[in-house]
Amino acid sequence: MSVLADKKVVIIGDRDGIPGQAIAACAESAGAEVVFSSTECFV
Amino acid sequence: MKSVIKGTGYILAHGPDMMLHNGTTQTIERIVNPDGEYLKQLPDHIRSFEDVLAYYPNQVYIGNVAPEELAEVPQPWYDKACPVNERYGRFGQIMPQEEFLLLMDACDVFDLVRMDTEFVSEYKDKLADDPIVDSSIAERMSAGTDPKEVARLVEEDGAEGLYHNGRLVGCVLRAHDIDPSLSAHVMLENIAYKASCVLALLTAVSNGGIDKDEIEYVIDCSEEACGDMNQRGGGNFAKSAAEIAGLNNATGSDCRGFCAAPAHAIVEAAALVASGAYRTVAVTAGGATAKLGMNGKDHVRKGLPVLEDMLGGFAVIITADDGINPEINLSILGRHTVGTGSAPQAVISALVTEPLERNGLKITDIDKYSPEMQNPDITKPAGAGDVALANYKMIGALAVKQGDIEKKALAEFIAEHGLVGWAPTQGHIPSGVPYIGFACDDILSGRIKRAMIIGKGSLFLGRMTNLFDGVSFVIQANTGKDKDAKANESEIRKMIAESMSKLAETLLADEE
Amino acid sequence: MDLENQRRVKEFAQQYGPENVVVLLGAAEGEASGLAAETVTNGDPTYAGPLTGVQLGLTVYHVCEPEVKQEFDPDIYDRQVSMMEMVLDVEDITKEMSAIRDEYCKYIH
Repeated sequence: MSVLADKKVVIIGDRDGIPGQAIAACAESAGAEVVFSSTECFV
Repeated sequence: MKSVIKGTGYILAHGPDMMLHNGTTQTIERIVNPDGEYLKQLPDHIRSFEDVLAYYPNQVYIGNVAPEELAEVPQPWYDKACPVNERYGRFGQIMPQEEFLLLMDACDVFDLVRMDTEFVSEYKDKLADDPIVDSSIAERMSAGTDPKEVARLVEEDGAEGLYHNGRLVGCVLRAHDIDPSLSAHVMLENIAYKASCVLALLTAVSNGGIDKDEIEYVIDCSEEACGDMNQRGGGNFAKSAAEIAGLNNATGSDCRGFCAAPAHAIVEAAALVASGAYRTVAVTAGGATAKLGMNGKDHVRKGLPVLEDMLGGFAVIITADDGINPEINLSILGRHTVGTGSAPQAVISALVTEPLERNGLKITDIDKYSPEMQNPDITKPAGAGDVALANYKMIGALAVKQGDIEKKALAEFIAEHGLVGWAPTQGHIPSGVPYIGFACDDILSGRIKRAMIIGKGSLFLGRMTNLFDGVSFVIQANTGKDKDAKANESEIRKMIAESMSKLAETLLADEE
Repeated sequence: MDLENQRRVKEFAQQYGPENVVVLLGAAEGEASGLAAETVTNGDPTYAGPLTGVQLGLTVYHVCEPEVKQEFDPDIYDRQVSMMEMVLDVEDITKEMSAIRDEYCKYIH
């Protein structure tokens, strides 16, 4: 069963890992609806 | 005309009590979890001034230990005493908190800082003894306020306390009863910022052997904002710091861009000098009290001292070409544009490979890269990983991808072209610029030819855009005074044209 | 995890139903991934945010984990993320994430 298709996706990206926008592009390509995308910064 | 780097200054100010009282992690915790374990345990994780002097990364920051030496010291570093524990260093100094609080008083021009009379008399000579703090600044310190009045101002008038070793020793008043942009909290943050900025400016001026009157422009590149409710962030920190530093011939302005601002500011300064608009420009920034103890929860949870107890500051003086000092090559600028996107590989390509390719250079043609130089001792326990190393891995990965190096040579590439991070996590402070002092030394001694400074900024934190930002530039060995190829070419053409016309005139005269 | 982000996660779980929400993380290393995953499943382990003591049990993955990676358009993943696989310790991240999922996720069957 698919993890992402037709799901509401909440994205918590990381400035020093993968930023939110990059994850959002991937999630949308898997048929998910991105309802929130943010990028955290610890530095 | 070319622009060169004539002086750098790097300063740290120890702020353990400011960390406890003004760092946002702590102020938020006091609101949401006042009786929690963190605030109870925190006082047991404070470093003494002796501890911060003997901390390897701090000694690298002020230029007493080379980055290459630091790379040889096994991590973590907080549990190892650095054999060099000097307050003053080749690039600057580590100022103790008591002196820094008095420097804040000296930098306040609106009588908002009120220091306890006993505290002032105890430490004022100590600050005046600092070789960077000249008499014009020392004389600005106030005589002090009665300790009872200081306590009353904090308790009744909403002033923000200034503490030393847990004792209330002064306060910062609010500058307006209602305006949140002039609250005591904001004023404390801004005056602490200004004081560290002044110290950095004076240090760079002194290190560069520059007459204060030569400086014509100052660019401030911090992440702070000063202004009132009608123009929050109106500025101008640069000019206010220049005033205290005694740079009487300087004007200035503030450049903002989160952690990318220092790199933006240096490119702007180099361009101002190269254009001939100003002959000598200082780029400067002080430190952020808000970020003190930012990752304190992780440090305490892991039994570490709270390592974010230092305010940082730096300044770089850029002047017209002197034929000697390292120059900023404005034709190799990396820029993250609106269209670049936020994918890490797109960001690094825009900042590293694109400008190099445009100039016919390979990734390996840059001897040293200085991206985000955050101290891994601070970031690793906080879950952000080794930020500098992550950047080198990305640059190396691109070098492999475009065939500049073999995949198996990746570790070697990182060791040769990289550095370990040593700067405190003060946002703009670690962003590429900590290496400029060493880069200039290494270029002047011939150890390296080119260094790339990379600044990156998290613009999305301002909630105005989701965009990331970044800018890079290259510092290189001086190619010789007035040997700018294009200028020479046009001058030669002019000379040929002039002599041809003279020859023609002579021939015509002969004929006549 | 940032307090505002915790508040938003909580709201979305209420709005759409926790079984319909998937959280995707981009953290830089294993432990940080694990802490963020724990926050959206078993509650904020730092006792600071709105998710303190709130056991949402949401489905959560790191973007580099194979279960979600196989669902992405490979070209897009390649452009947006792939280089970071050389930078991050994906194995460690996956280990931490799996441990949290096994213990606290309520909607993975």
